[in-house]
Amino acid sequence: MRKILLSSLIIIIAFAFLGRLSYLQIFSFSPDQVLEDPAIKAIYDYPERGYIYDRNGNLLVGNDPAYDVMVIPREVKPLDTLEFCGLLGIDKTKFIEKLRKARVYSPRLPSVLVPQLSKQDYAKLQEKMRKYKGFYIQKRSLRYYDTSSAANVLGYISEVNEGDLAVNKYYVQGELKGRTGVERYYEDLLRGRKGVQYIQKDRFNRDIGPYKNGASDTLPEQGKQISITIDKALQEYGELLMNGKRGGIVALEPATGEILSMISGPTYDPSLLVGRERSKNYTKLYNDTIANPTWDRSIHAQQPPGSPFKTLNALIALQEGVLDESSTIRCYNGFYVGKKKRGCHCGGGLRNMNKGIYLSCNAYFAGTFRKIFEKFDTTDEGMDVWEKHMRSFGLGDYLGYDLPFGQKGRIPNKEFYDKWYGDNRWSSSYIISNSIGQGEILATPVQLANMTAAIANRGHFFTPHILKKVEGKEITEPKFTKAKHTTIDPKYFEPIVRGMADVYTKGTASRLQIPGIEMAGKTGTAENFTKIDGVRTQLTDHSVFVAFAPVDNPKIAIAVYIENGYYGSRYAGHIASLMIEKYLKGEITRKDLEKRMLDKTLEAEYAKPYSGEEFKINERVW
Amino acid sequence: MSVSGRSILKRIDWLSVLIYLALVLIGWINIYSSTFTDAHSSIFDFGTLYGKQLFFIGVSLITIVVILALEVNFYERFSSILYLLSMVSLLGLFVFGKTIAGATSWYDLGFFNLQPSELAKVATALALAKYLSDIQTDIKRGKDQFYALLIILVPAILIIPQPDPGSALVFFALIFVIFREGLPLFYLLIIVSLILIFVITLKFGTVWLIIGLVLLIILLFALKRKNLKIPIIPLSLIGVAVILFSLSVNFVFNNVFEQRHRDRFSLWLRLEEDPNKLEQIRRTIGYNTYQSEKAIESGGLFGKGFLEGTRTKGNFVPEQHTDYIFSTVGEEWGFVGTATVIILFTILFLRLISLAERQKNAFARMYGYGVISILAIHYFINIGMVIGVLPTIGIPLPFFSYGGSGLLFFTILLFIFLRLDTNRLKESF
Repeated sequence: MRKILLSSLIIIIAFAFLGRLSYLQIFSFSPDQVLEDPAIKAIYDYPERGYIYDRNGNLLVGNDPAYDVMVIPREVKPLDTLEFCGLLGIDKTKFIEKLRKARVYSPRLPSVLVPQLSKQDYAKLQEKMRKYKGFYIQKRSLRYYDTSSAANVLGYISEVNEGDLAVNKYYVQGELKGRTGVERYYEDLLRGRKGVQYIQKDRFNRDIGPYKNGASDTLPEQGKQISITIDKALQEYGELLMNGKRGGIVALEPATGEILSMISGPTYDPSLLVGRERSKNYTKLYNDTIANPTWDRSIHAQQPPGSPFKTLNALIALQEGVLDESSTIRCYNGFYVGKKKRGCHCGGGLRNMNKGIYLSCNAYFAGTFRKIFEKFDTTDEGMDVWEKHMRSFGLGDYLGYDLPFGQKGRIPNKEFYDKWYGDNRWSSSYIISNSIGQGEILATPVQLANMTAAIANRGHFFTPHILKKVEGKEITEPKFTKAKHTTIDPKYFEPIVRGMADVYTKGTASRLQIPGIEMAGKTGTAENFTKIDGVRTQLTDHSVFVAFAPVDNPKIAIAVYIENGYYGSRYAGHIASLMIEKYLKGEITRKDLEKRMLDKTLEAEYAKPYSGEEFKINERVW
Repeated sequence: MSVSGRSILKRIDWLSVLIYLALVLIGWINIYSSTFTDAHSSIFDFGTLYGKQLFFIGVSLITIVVILALEVNFYERFSSILYLLSMVSLLGLFVFGKTIAGATSWYDLGFFNLQPSELAKVATALALAKYLSDIQTDIKRGKDQFYALLIILVPAILIIPQPDPGSALVFFALIFVIFREGLPLFYLLIIVSLILIFVITLKFGTVWLIIGLVLLIILLFALKRKNLKIPIIPLSLIGVAVILFSLSVNFVFNNVFEQRHRDRFSLWLRLEEDPNKLEQIRRTIGYNTYQSEKAIESGGLFGKGFLEGTRTKGNFVPEQHTDYIFSTVGEEWGFVGTATVIILFTILFLRLISLAERQKNAFARMYGYGVISILAIHYFINIGMVIGVLPTIGIPLPFFSYGGSGLLFFTILLFIFLRLDTNRLKESF
């Protein structure tokens, strides 16, 4: 017993030590410790964020140097405070307070004393800087916008938050990251890759040389210069036209799916979200929950499409062979659903497809819609076929464009109505509003533009996209360069296109034709409702217009959606016509039309529901 | 000399020698790493700490030759005188001592500082062995037990006021020698019980201690054989004593201890649960332990490599080349390195125990036990502290830690025994 006492103790201790050491070095050990190691500090070398150009090579977004005045409190020597404050443009008490805060943070480490000095202040300060020991100027780069438009497309950048840090290990506190739009979607391209240099530190946080002689250091990788498909002139012009109006405009190039402009009204100047005033401005924009300037209506606003949707019903009817273009339906200034009459503004009479489209006859399309469903034994079958055709135009689902957000819109299906009415308790008459783009259908402006491009291309489209070139090279991504075909045979598109062309020559938009350009379009007037004090109240109709031009070999397809703009040709039609002219001709010949759009605002219309008084809707002002 | 010299080389325990050399070498490599700076200089530059340590390794090797060359009965004969000398040298510190880091533990000899407490360890081990092996000493007798304890207590009492409580504590390890020679194990049982009660009271509280005690007694009754009588009165007396001691621990801890003592214990026993206070402890008295644990942990299985320990380079662990040298092993050589060191020490101790047990001569056996006790207590307390399982008590790791006196006297301590061992077959010298 006595003889083995010490030996046993020695062995027990050995096992205890080995146990503790394996707990520390094997179980608690996590290899990813370089950045948590207090002895190693990573110093980053940030590449310049990539520039963004428009489709024609005009600069949209660049970088501007900004100058932060930094201080290392420990190294500060007595100085002429008054003169220094004068140069910095701050008062003495603020200066002393800031210096105190910096010292509290760390006497050894640099803190920002005055952020983002202007170039003028920097110039004055620079030559005197060496007089002030412990202070230095750190240059950094801020986004610079060479346009006051396209804020919704370009997006903005801001400092990463806790959530970003948890999701993406690349970022560290204080770095910038794209938040919305192109800045967000193409963050990886624009940002480049920061270079990193690891420094060995001692416990006083002093540098004592490179870590592993720089073996794990990396060089920064430049951010890429990209061109986007936006046409700067067209985008800026569109935003001018949106003066005082709410809604979205999307223009596409049908042959490629490139987004020529993407406008949301109201919008804001992207420069507002840069620099010292950023957070003040952001709060202001964010808090405007009525006009909602930060909400991109072109991709978010899901609204009933209205009459432009009729063209798709006509195409489906032709494809399914339930009628041909000469088949006629009589309009009795409206049509009957059961015993209830629904109105029509086309004037009444016998309508064939051509007249149905250019006069936008509700009765004709209600009949067409019924015929599609009558072809099938059950409503369910008819619904499936109808839904399949509709979805092939990119409706009712995300389009797949390269912007970070968006909405699906809605194409109702049989399950939708089964839930609503009950299984087999509904028929085409229940859902007849869908024939004229009302009812349960919802679409965003970009979906309407894409649908128009598909018609312009006579049966196919390219997924709308915003990226055109990276470092001068055109993108080759199949997702954007390969055509998507609709389920409608190309031969059925001619009568529809002719009908749409007649909209301009003898139909609902006959005063909007651009001289010398053959155009095709379709007006829409979408009823809409809101709740005021819990009561469902109808508001002035939304003004909708889709168009493409020229009719042969189309260069532009456009959808314009103006909230509460009344009938289609009123606001939306005007704007579409001006936009097309601007894009195709580069200048506007119809100055009266332009002036009207630049001057007229809908602010009075938008104020109505909030006035607290009775109001009239659909007032004819001009 | 030449004949006996050859026979000594033949009979010396080479396993112990090799482990000793390995530990010294590994120790120096880690001292080099933890004191190395990028300003390259030769390893023989005696201005650097690793250069100085290399010098002392040389001195130690020469000393080994001298120790082996001396007559084997020299040590036994001169042990009393050596003991007296070392006590005098400890006393002399009160007059001539040099103060380093608050402790008056050194004599300034110009080129190096001598720490007489290191000498005292050797001398006390020798003196104790000498006293216990005396034909007239009977360890069963209370008087002799008292004298044996006195030999241990005198240097400890002289060292405490330096102040160097860590070194003083080391002498109590020599009690193992007395146990080996027949001090009733009852004493050991009491010491261990008191320590256990102390720890349990602080960690879990008196209430839990009582609950545990009651459960233990119930267990005892449940397991008792029919014909066995349980001594109820002595048992309840012990129980009362335990509870009283536990209550007094609470009282002493809360009213007699100073805050810094309480902090050490709350750090050791992980008593503090408030994260803010924990952070506070980590930054103040727990800083060393926290940094050393982190350094060891960051080494992982294979370590960061020689001279690659980032925390070592950044001097994050204070006193890393002396008391905290084991954290360098942990960071740069990983679990492989730390386990190797633990295993080397363990083999060395077990080997020395078996050497001690095979001695025919009582003095040699008892001295052997003294050597093992002193080395093992250093090893146990030092590594226990560095890996955070024992409270912070500043004593060096034998053969490893930077320090001339330490290395020299640990070497002397060990090699006197190995010299005695070469004569193991003789009952008397």
